[in-house]
This record gives sequence, C-alpha cells and structure tokens, in this order.
Amino acid sequence: MLPNWFNVWNKENPTNVYGPAVLVGVLGGAIFLAIMIVVWGQPAATNSLQTGPRGTGMSMAEFTRDLGTPDPDIAELSENEPYIPDGSEALAKDIYSNVQVLGDVTEDNFNRVMAAMTEWVAPDQGCAYCHGDGDIETYGEDTLYTKVVARRMIEMTQNINESWEGHVSANKQVGVTCMTCHRGQNVPSEVWFKIDPVNEATAGWPAVQNRATPLSQYTSLPSNALEAYLLNYERIGVHDLESRVANEPGDPLIQHAERTYSLMNYFANSLGRNCVLCHNTRAFYDTEQVTPQWSTASQGIAMVQEINNDYLVPLTDVLPADRLGPMHGDAPKAACKTCHKGYQQPLQGTNVIKDWPELATTGVPVYE
Amino acid sequence: MIEYQNIFTQVQVRGPAEMGIDNENNMSAERIGQPGFSNLAGWVGNAQLGPVYLGWTGLIALATGMLWFNIVGLSMLAQVGWSIPEFLRQFFWLALEPPGPEWGLRMPPLDQGGWYIISSLFLLVSVSTWWLRSYLLAQEHKMGKHVAWAFGAAIWLFLVLGLFRPILMGSWSEAVPYGIFPHLDWTTAFSIRYGNLYYNPFHALSIVFLYGSVLLFAMHGATILAVTRFGGDRELEQIYDRGTASERAALFWRWTMGFNATMEGIHRWAWWFAVLCPITGGIGILLTGTVVDNWFIWAQEHNFAPMYDGSYGYENYGSYEAFIGQEK
Repeated sequence: MLPNWFNVWNKENPTNVYGPAVLVGVLGGAIFLAIMIVVWGQPAATNSLQTGPRGTGMSMAEFTRDLGTPDPDIAELSENEPYIPDGSEALAKDIYSNVQVLGDVTEDNFNRVMAAMTEWVAPDQGCAYCHGDGDIETYGEDTLYTKVVARRMIEMTQNINESWEGHVSANKQVGVTCMTCHRGQNVPSEVWFKIDPVNEATAGWPAVQNRATPLSQYTSLPSNALEAYLLNYERIGVHDLESRVANEPGDPLIQHAERTYSLMNYFANSLGRNCVLCHNTRAFYDTEQVTPQWSTASQGIAMVQEINNDYLVPLTDVLPADRLGPMHGDAPKAACKTCHKGYQQPLQGTNVIKDWPELATTGVPVYE
Repeated sequence: MIEYQNIFTQVQVRGPAEMGIDNENNMSAERIGQPGFSNLAGWVGNAQLGPVYLGWTGLIALATGMLWFNIVGLSMLAQVGWSIPEFLRQFFWLALEPPGPEWGLRMPPLDQGGWYIISSLFLLVSVSTWWLRSYLLAQEHKMGKHVAWAFGAAIWLFLVLGLFRPILMGSWSEAVPYGIFPHLDWTTAFSIRYGNLYYNPFHALSIVFLYGSVLLFAMHGATILAVTRFGGDRELEQIYDRGTASERAALFWRWTMGFNATMEGIHRWAWWFAVLCPITGGIGILLTGTVVDNWFIWAQEHNFAPMYDGSYGYENYGSYEAFIGQEK
C-alpha cells in the first residue's frame, strides 16, 4: 500500500517510536485532564467552615454537592397559620370532654393542631389512630394507649419549647413540633432501647462492648453509652483538671473514656459533624477551648435526660408489648439523632414552631 | 549482572542445602527438619528453609504461645455463641478484655477477665522464653547479644503495658485488651483519659525514633542497593576493607547533607533508633496515670502548649445557612 521508497527508508532508519509516543500520550493526557478540571470544575469539590482559631485544625469539611442537597423532609413541612383569636371564641375545654392539655386553645386552633398532628404522626391511620373508630362523641375517651401517649407527648413538646429554648432555638427561632421527631411515622426513627449485654459468656465491662451494634455506631466501643449518660445521669467528664493528682477510688478510668468516646461518636454521627464543631481536640475537657455549640450540646444532654426520665420511661406501662424494647421490655427512648437525623440542626434549622404557639408553651398560647 | 540491580533477587542459585558449620558449643546439634527451597522466599531472601532449632526454649515458647492464642480465640468464639460465621463476621470487633476496675489486682471469675489473666501469664512465659532462645542461640554462635537486647526493648514496652503499669495503678483493668479494634479503642481512650498523649514528651521521642527508624532504613537500604554494582552489598567486607562502594556511598551523603555514617556506624544508628522507640515509649506509658494525670496541663505548665489567638465557634467565620447553601 505504501510506496516502496518509504518502506526501504524505514528499514534503513530504524527508530524507536514507542518512547516518544508514551511521553506524548502521558503529557497530552495530563494537559487534557488539567484543562477539563479548569473548564468543567472539580468533580469532588469541598467546602469547609472554620470553627476555631487558625492553627488548631478546627474546620468542618463537606462535599459541595452534599451541602447543596437540602434535607428532603423540609419539603414535607407546610405553612399553617394560626387563627388569631379575638377573645370571643369558645375554648376547646368548654366544647369537648376530657381535654387535659390544649384546653385553653380556641376551637378552630384546637382542630387545626389535631389535624396537623394527624399529618405528622399518623397520616395513614388518621384520627382513628388515637381516637378509635367510634363517633365524634367518643373522642373524649382514653381507651387507646396512643391517645394517652400523644397527650404526654404534647406536654413534652410544650416543655421542650418553653424550658429548653436555649437548645431548640439556640441561634434563632426553630423550636420543635411532633414533626421534628415523627416525620410522618407512628414511632419516630432513631429511638433506642437497651441492648446490653451484647456478648455471651462474659459479664461486666467485657459484656457491653466489642460488638458492631447500632448503639455503638458499629464500632467496638461500649454499647451502653446512651443508657449510662442520657438515662442514668452518669458523669461524662473523664479528665483530671490538674497535671498531677492523687488517684482516688472511683476516679474515671480508661473504660469510662471509651464509653464517653462512644457517646461522642454518637453525637458526631447524629449531627453529621465531627469533634471540632464543639471541641478543640487537643484538650477535649478544656471549657476555655470549646465553641458556643458545646454549651448548646450540653443543654441538649440535660434536655434528653429529662425527656427520657420524665416523659418516655414513665410510659413503659402504658405502651403495649410490641412498642417496647426487644431485650429488656423498656420504653423507647430519645437521643440526639431522634430529632437531628444526621443534620447539624434538625430540618436544617427550619423554623417549625412559628405557626404553632399552642405547642410553644405550657401556658396559654400567645398569638402575634 | 544487571539482573541483581533489582528489589527482587532475579537469579536464584540452587545447590545442595547449606547445613552450616559446627563449633565446640554444639551449634548444629538438635537441628530438626529436612531443608527445602522456596522460590518465593528466594525473591526477597535466602531460598533455603530449615533446618530449625527447636530446643526446650522453643518448645515452651510455642506451647505457651499457642495456649494464649487459643484462649483468646476460644473466648471470642464463646462470645458469639460458638457461631463460626458470626466469629468471622465480628472478628475485628471481638476481644478478650482485661478484668473490670472493680477487681483491682485480684483474680476475677473466668468470664469477667479471669481468662485474660490466665492467657496473659502464658503469653508472658512464651515471650520470655523466646527472648531466652534469642540469647542462648546467639551464645552458641559466639555472637553478640544485640538481637536479644533489641527484642528486650520491645518486651520492656510489652511489660509496661501489661504488667508494670497495671500493678502501679493497682488494677488489671489498666491492661490492653486482646482484640483488633478494641486495642485501638484502648489506645485512643488512654490518650484522651490522660489529657492527650501527644503532649507527653516521651511519646514524642518514641515517634521521633519510630519515624527516624523508617527514614534510616530507607536511606540505608537505598544506599546499599545503589552501590551493589561496586560490591557494596558485601557490607561486612566493606566494613573492614573499605572499597569504592563505601567511598561513593559516603561521599554521596556527605556531599548531599554534609554528614555521612560509616559502613559500620550506620548499623549502630539503626539499632539505637529501633530500640529507643519502645524504650522511650515505655517510659512515657509508665509515667501516664502514675506520675502525670493530664499531659496537656503538664505541657502548659512547662510552656510548650501555646494558646492560639482567635475566636471559637463557626459563627465567627461564616454562617450555618451560608454553609449549607440556604443563604437568601
């Protein structure tokens, strides 16, 4: 095909074409890649938010494409403005029987809250989930456990918004409603039960750790951290606050540090953040090297302890067996992830309380 | 001989098995096993495998070591209800844990750390007799005891972690669990409990010698491979009869960084860096919780933990809304 002189010339002048070809290919490929990154952009771009002084490495890095994706549950929220009462309306406690909470709410607003709760907690079952299949006259009866629980949960929501405003509205008004935890489900996701012991043929410390469980966040750390700290009020700090101290019986030990680490791991995963949202990790204990979020989280710990001990655990006898824990028959309990669901602020800081003054206070709702 | 200029040995000379010489210490007595050859071993070392000296030290070390190994493994298996699939699935999570703090230095029931104490005793015997084996065999060969003392440095750290420090702290619960992830949990928790081990100067020294060992090994290995073409791989000959290989290697480093080790001295550098890593590390562990309880505060008191200027909290550097792309 090729002219003969060309073949002869090639035979007489053997040249290694592979070396230059590889060089040109590699260089050309690299230049092409560089141009594409410049023109099309970094495919795995990250963004970060600094949380502490320069030089401490306090920065939270996230993929830009994750940051640009809002929490899908935000779309489930809907505007529902309250009816501003003029003082002449009849109140729920005067119209309906057995209204123990929300009694000071006007009829229109009472029904508005009831309808919303149905959407938040039992969208499939409707009013019957709490009030049964009877006529409207029977709605005052407390025959179903769901209604008794719901009443207590309304009280809990009101208490959270009123007493724990520093946590749930730390930076701006956010608040909580049933939706913050329930998200359209009868039982919120991310509730927890006691699961220890997790190991057979052991007792004591070896029995509560070294298994991949949801409560240990699938680490080998202890699985009883939530139980110890968010239910039983055990001390979370493990550090000595002087460089040299005399060791006393009952001092925190390495085991307690491991259990604390398990709790902190849970915190981090619940918020989708890492240690440096709150701590300067070179000195975890040092309250002079923490962020304001550390204070918010500390209030959250106390809040969850109250939620569990004052509201959820007392419901143990009210709940049917299939709502109780599989191992110890204990009541479902809450913790950070029950509300946060992996976001630094639940529903990414959407103000959920603004339409619900009825749930914002234990007293008479204030409409503005 | 360009075939030798490679990370892997590409030419393997195969003759009758090398049985070695004997001496008046009966150096070759009690060697057992028929020697064999492995191509794979030959790529990176001597292709000949065996014979091997077992002896009483080897027997005891292997027997007690296997006992430790089996106690740990069977304890893990018992924890998953003797289920082999679950054992494989959870293997990296499982551990034989030391007794809880409530037992102090007493012997707890078997399921609460008793097996840990028993297995640790076997491990102690195993490691000790293996050390003795390295010492006695060096003696038979009329060698220096450098290997035994280097191994002893590692044993020092092992004893600090599992014996000396728990006794000083008055509790076996201070010891390290036998498990893949759990021993890493212990390491993290140990550092956090005592206020950040990075501020422990002996921990810092240990890291210096660890990374230093890696650096020295890379420099030495590379240097010898680079002068193999001049006979530099015959290091012992080069030590007592310096040739062009040593000259070139020495000049290379002196002209690169102003200083060079000698053909003999580089091995002293390497040996000391290696043994000082566990020696300094062991000192650091031994002081933690016994002498110093919070290394960060200790470092502040000794003026090497500076405070950084700047605000804490993301609101000083940006906003949550802007970060998640909700800024209106």
